[in-house]
Amino acid sequence: MERREFLQKSILVIVGASVPLSALTMIDPKKVFAENPDIQWAFLVDTNKCVGCGFCVKACKTENDVPFEANVSRTWVERYVYTKDDKRYVDSPKAAQDGFTESRIDLGRGEYQEIDKANVGKAFFVPKLCNHCSSPACTQVCPVGATYKTDDGVVLVDRTWCIGCGYCIMACPYGARFFHPIAKVADKCTFCYHRLSKGLDSACVNACPFKARRMGNIHDKNDPITQLIMNERVGVLKDEFGTKPQAFYIGLAQEVR
Amino acid sequence: MSGFFSDLINVISAAILLWQEGERVKSHVWRPLYVVIAFVVAIVVFRFFYVPNDFGSGKRGFMYSYHRFSNEAEWKNQPAKYSVSGRERMHEYCSECHGEIVKVRTEKLHGIIPCEDCHGPAMQHPDNPEKLTIDRSRGLCLRCHTNLPYATSERHRIPGIDPKTHNTGIECVKCHNPHNPSLEGMK
Amino acid sequence: MVGEIAQHAAMIVHGEAWTVKELFTLPNEYIYWSIQIVMYPYMTGLVAGAFVLSSLYHVFGIEKLKEIARFSLVFSFALLPVAMMPLMLHLQQPFRGIHVMMTPHFTSAIAAFGFVFSTYACIVATELWLVYRKYFVQTAVALKAQNNRSAIDSFRMLMFTALTLGAWDISDEAVKKDHKACKTMAGIGIPVACFLHGYAGFIFGSVKANALWMTPLMPVIFICSAVVSGVALCILCYVIVQEIRKFMAKRKIARWANDPTAPTIEELEGAKHEEVMISSNYLMYFMIAALTLEILDLIFRGYTQVKSWDILREVIMERDFTKIFIMQYGLGNILPFLIMVLPGRTVRRTTIATVLVLFGVFMMRYNVVIGGQAFSLSFSGFMDYTLPIIPHDLETFKEGLFGAMTVAATPFVLFFFINKVMPAFLKEEESTH
Repeated sequence: MERREFLQKSILVIVGASVPLSALTMIDPKKVFAENPDIQWAFLVDTNKCVGCGFCVKACKTENDVPFEANVSRTWVERYVYTKDDKRYVDSPKAAQDGFTESRIDLGRGEYQEIDKANVGKAFFVPKLCNHCSSPACTQVCPVGATYKTDDGVVLVDRTWCIGCGYCIMACPYGARFFHPIAKVADKCTFCYHRLSKGLDSACVNACPFKARRMGNIHDKNDPITQLIMNERVGVLKDEFGTKPQAFYIGLAQEVR
Repeated sequence: MSGFFSDLINVISAAILLWQEGERVKSHVWRPLYVVIAFVVAIVVFRFFYVPNDFGSGKRGFMYSYHRFSNEAEWKNQPAKYSVSGRERMHEYCSECHGEIVKVRTEKLHGIIPCEDCHGPAMQHPDNPEKLTIDRSRGLCLRCHTNLPYATSERHRIPGIDPKTHNTGIECVKCHNPHNPSLEGMK
Repeated sequence: MVGEIAQHAAMIVHGEAWTVKELFTLPNEYIYWSIQIVMYPYMTGLVAGAFVLSSLYHVFGIEKLKEIARFSLVFSFALLPVAMMPLMLHLQQPFRGIHVMMTPHFTSAIAAFGFVFSTYACIVATELWLVYRKYFVQTAVALKAQNNRSAIDSFRMLMFTALTLGAWDISDEAVKKDHKACKTMAGIGIPVACFLHGYAGFIFGSVKANALWMTPLMPVIFICSAVVSGVALCILCYVIVQEIRKFMAKRKIARWANDPTAPTIEELEGAKHEEVMISSNYLMYFMIAALTLEILDLIFRGYTQVKSWDILREVIMERDFTKIFIMQYGLGNILPFLIMVLPGRTVRRTTIATVLVLFGVFMMRYNVVIGGQAFSLSFSGFMDYTLPIIPHDLETFKEGLFGAMTVAATPFVLFFFINKVMPAFLKEEESTH
């Protein structure tokens, strides 16, 4: 055998031996469908109904142990105010954990913008959270397999395995991820996976007094939420990235990024 | 498990092949390669002990769902703090002990707000905590009742006040009953 | 309680200490990838560049580059461990860093990088072994022959014996085999070095969520600027070390200077003029390539004006104008190029140019990493980065000025020790190649 060829072969073998074969196992989909009930969780936000009370953020932080003193949140509400003189203001003070209690817009750096009542044109609130995408960019870029999409459609982070590199946080186009200040690993909305498995609603869905947030099984045609998604004009955020988000919005304005 | 043994067999057969080649060629230049192979074997052995053996890919394949399977159960087993779902069931749940207060709430006004929104999570109540929070701060009411002039949002249908001018410094509940917020029966 | 909204004492999250947010940014947005992530491609770039320079001699046989090539090879080995340092300082869970080798998720550029990097380290180590084997054997034999060995010399004897890996034959035939294998290793090493830094570029270029990073040109830009920085560093260090050696020979400092067979000052003659000239030619070729690609990327963005253009334009042309056009392109690219291209190029002028080039490549990494986080995903807000100078906790030390300086200083410390085992400057008869 030619020495060069042999050298090439041995390098290939050594590199190949380092790849655990179990990692590349593809599970047979048919087998899975037979074993598990077919659930794919999806979220429905109705921006027409949201009043910006922020109870959802308060409930989420309490339920999931995200400290109120920390300026991060698994979910948040954005306020959009358009003035009649063609200006656009967006803010989300402390992720709306205390709601919106002032009409002045928070511009950051301690600055505020007073808005004249008569000058207000279009204005609305947009709740946001992790979209639990079907092709999530965040799970693709995790170097160690610490974040993943479950078979029932929820994207989770393994707190014992995450190395805290932050690649998933950079890769998320929606800004849904952050470093948990106490656990020191990546964190994000889990659709309250621990509640779903007990037959309870997610904390934010439970807390919203106005039914702006709802969840359903998008693989069940008889689920009322699925029917709304199928029959109403719904939109998703930033679909140009091909992540196939599973959080749908009724009344999504095109300026909302 | 099978992955580890097939890895080990691959590496050992590579080493044997190279040893045979090495014998034939009898050149010392291959020696660094043996050192590298030794390192790789050491890493593979370490990996066998260090990595939990339930790593694999889910329904979405290697790209989107490579993970440690037992983590799913760990998330599912986390205890829930907020109690039973649904507005209607919450009224039933709380009215068992707090019937009077619950009855007073009018369905179309504050009846739409789950009790736990203002009083905190009650899954373990009254065992833990024995008493839920009673938050009398203005901030709690202002979440909805700061008047924001947004005609295109449901917000403007909620009666509101300007917090800077309306009875500043006084708790809202001094005059308004949070469980029966009708403006008629006020002090 | 009477009063307004309950005030909570602040808990600073990772990134908050050095980020100032302006206008509308999403609540979870901070500059998560800060100075250590700037240092990381910078250090790996120096490694790749140093290796390419050394390979110009080992593979392409450019005899005139022999001395600087050997120097570059040893220096690239000193840079290798330092490439891991910024990552370990950045990770929120540094003790779990090994997970990247344990359960590598190969769809992530960072996971593949772990293996490419290890392969590259093995190649450099092997090449060094092949170059220095004769020296190891000679030193070990000489130490064994000594009768009254000090403790240090006994340790050195054991170390050099181990380093020979049992290959004691230093006949001409054996050395020829070393020579041939070394050429092969260097040949394999070039594409691996390109892979190494192409991957660093891919880490950024493949993040579709980031409007500034997402471009297929990113891996190529990173490779070219990596080679530029590596070659520049090697020229600079080579010149400095030669001047130090001249100084030590003159004043008879250091053990080797007092040896009767040590090279005289005339023989040392400082950095060989020709080696520096040829190396700096290659530096300029790569500088042209790197600058062309970067300007091309900018022109495309300005021409196509996609959705992100408004915010990017404000970041590139206004907020970061000084950092990009004055510091990176001006001082870091055009000025050193002019210094070198004008007739009558001297070693001194080239040395000044290399310092500017190193600064320029650093600014390029800075402008990509920090610049990419200077604007919000909402395209409606900005984030300003302030490098923590005086640390007040572990995080602001690791990701602050002192952390960066530690990373920058370490290769020189390592080089000092590695030089005692594999001297960058060998007499002719001691080296195999």
